[in-house]
Amino acid sequence: MTTIMDQALPHRGFSADDGERERYQARIRALQWRKRLLPAVACFGILAIWEIAVRGFEIPPFLAPAPSAVAQVLYADFGLLMSNLLTTATEAILGFIIGNLAALIIATVFVYHRTTEEAFFPIAVMVHTVPVLAYAPILVLLLGNGLEAKIAISALICFFPTLVNMTRGLRNVSAQQLELMRILSASPREVFVKLRIKSSLPYLFSALKIAASTAVIGAIVGEWIGASNGLGALIIQATYNYNSPLLYATIVVGSAFSGLFFAIVSWAERRTLTWNVDEARS
Amino acid sequence: MTQTSLKLSTHSSPGRATAVDIINVTVRFTTDRGTVTALDNIDLQVPAGAFLTLLGPSGCGKSTLLRVVADLIEPASGSVTVLGSSPSVARGRRDIGFVFQDAALLPWRTAIQNVELPLEIGGQKPTKQRWSSKELLQLVGLAGWEHAFPHELSGGMRQRVAIARALITDPKLLLMDEPFGALDEITRDRLNEELLQIWASTGTTILFVTHSIYEAAFLGENVLLLAANPGRVKEIVPIPLPGNRKVSLRETKGFVDLVAQLRRVLETC
Repeated sequence: MTTIMDQALPHRGFSADDGERERYQARIRALQWRKRLLPAVACFGILAIWEIAVRGFEIPPFLAPAPSAVAQVLYADFGLLMSNLLTTATEAILGFIIGNLAALIIATVFVYHRTTEEAFFPIAVMVHTVPVLAYAPILVLLLGNGLEAKIAISALICFFPTLVNMTRGLRNVSAQQLELMRILSASPREVFVKLRIKSSLPYLFSALKIAASTAVIGAIVGEWIGASNGLGALIIQATYNYNSPLLYATIVVGSAFSGLFFAIVSWAERRTLTWNVDEARS
Repeated sequence: MTQTSLKLSTHSSPGRATAVDIINVTVRFTTDRGTVTALDNIDLQVPAGAFLTLLGPSGCGKSTLLRVVADLIEPASGSVTVLGSSPSVARGRRDIGFVFQDAALLPWRTAIQNVELPLEIGGQKPTKQRWSSKELLQLVGLAGWEHAFPHELSGGMRQRVAIARALITDPKLLLMDEPFGALDEITRDRLNEELLQIWASTGTTILFVTHSIYEAAFLGENVLLLAANPGRVKEIVPIPLPGNRKVSLRETKGFVDLVAQLRRVLETC
C-alpha cells in the first residue's frame, strides 16, 4: 500500500501537502500496529482462559498442564530442550538444504529436457502420495538409527513441493520475453541466468516457505521411528512417562523453531523480491 | 502474382540503400486443423530510413512478416536480407530493435536497468553508444523515473521503457509489433507524436504493425495493406502528408480522405 508513496520520486501531480501526507502515514502505521497487536492480545487471552480452566476445574497435570507449568518446565529443563533441539534442527536444516538443492537441479533438467520430465515426473508424484509415516521406517531400515535417516526423511518431504514449483517457475517466462532474448542473441546460459532463474524466484520462495515447516516435521517423524536424541525422541519419552508439561514444552520449542525457520525464509523473500509487489501483499 | 508495380514512395532522395529486402517469402504453420499459409509469396523492398506501417485484418500475417525480418520465424521459402546480410547476422550485429505489444520488461529490473539489458547480453559489447540509458529515458519522456520498477509504471510508461530499450543499441532497423495496441487513446496519440520525433532524430528505418487505420496513416510514409487467407500484399498506399505531423492533422480533410481510402481497400482484404 505504501510502495509508491514512500519513494521520493518527483511524481507529477502529487501535491506537497506535508500535513495531509503525515496524517495518511500515521493512519497506515496505526493500522499496521493493530494487525500485530490483535493476534498477540488474542493469544494471551486464550492462555489466560486455559490457565483459569485448569486451576478452576482441577484438571490433573498429565491430562492438560497449565501454561504456567509448561513455562516452568521450559525454564527448568532449558538445557535438555536445547540439546535435543540442536539435533532436530541439524537434521531439519540439512534435510532442507539437500532436498531443495536436489529439487532445483532436477527441475532445471526437467525444463531443458522434456523426455526426462515425462519419464520421471509421474514417479515423483507417486512417491509423493506415499505418506511420510509409511516410508520413514523404510529409510530408517536403509540408513540406520543415526542422523542420516532423519535427514533423508526431511529432504524427501521438502523435495516434492519445490520440484513442482520450480518446474513451473522456470517455465514462467512469456513468449515475448523469450523472443526478446533471441533478438538480443542471448546464449542459453544467459536466458537461464538473466531470465528463467529470476522469473522463478517467487515460486522458489513459496516452496521454501512450505519446506521450512515440513523439514522440521520430517526430522521429528524420523526421530519417532527410532532415536535416542532429538525433539521427536523427547516427545515419545515424555508421552510414555505421562510427563505432559515436558511434552507440551517440547512442542512449544519445536513450533518456535519452525516459526523461526519460516520467518527467516520470509525475511529472505522480502529482501530478494522487492520488485514482486503482488506476491508480497497477498 | 506480380508485385513489381508496388513501390514505396519516400520523401528523401531515391538513391538510398535498401534496409529490408524480402523476396518471395512464404511462411506456413501446421496445426491440428491443417496447414495455414500465413504469408504467401511476399515481395517487399524497404529503403533505409523509411517509416512503413503494416495494416490488415487479423490473421493477415503482419506480425509474422515482422518476425521473419527479425529472425524469430524461419520462412518456408524465399529470402530476407536485412542491411545487406541475413536477419540472424543483422541481429547479431545489433542492427535490429524490436518492440512488442506487451512491453516485455523484466519486472525485477528498474526502468534504467531494463533499458541497459541489451548491453549485458549477447557477448559482444557495443563499442560506442549513441545515447546513454539516461538520455534515452529522457528522450521517451521518463526523466526522473530511472529507478522505478515496472509495477510502479503505467502501461504507457512501460511501453516507453521498451522503446528506449530497443534504441539503446542504436539499431538501424526498428520493428514494432502493435506497440500501442493495449494503450488508451490519449496515451496512444501522445506516443504516436513522440515516435515520429524519435524517428526524425534517429533516422532509423521503422516497420510498424498496427490494426488502427488512423495510426497507420498518421505514422507511415507508406501504408502496406495485407490481405488474409493467405497473407499477401494487397496494396501500398503512399501517405503524402508533411513530415512533422501533429495529432491535429487528423482533423484535416486530406487525412480524413486518406483514412477513407485505406478503409475502402481494407474492406476488400
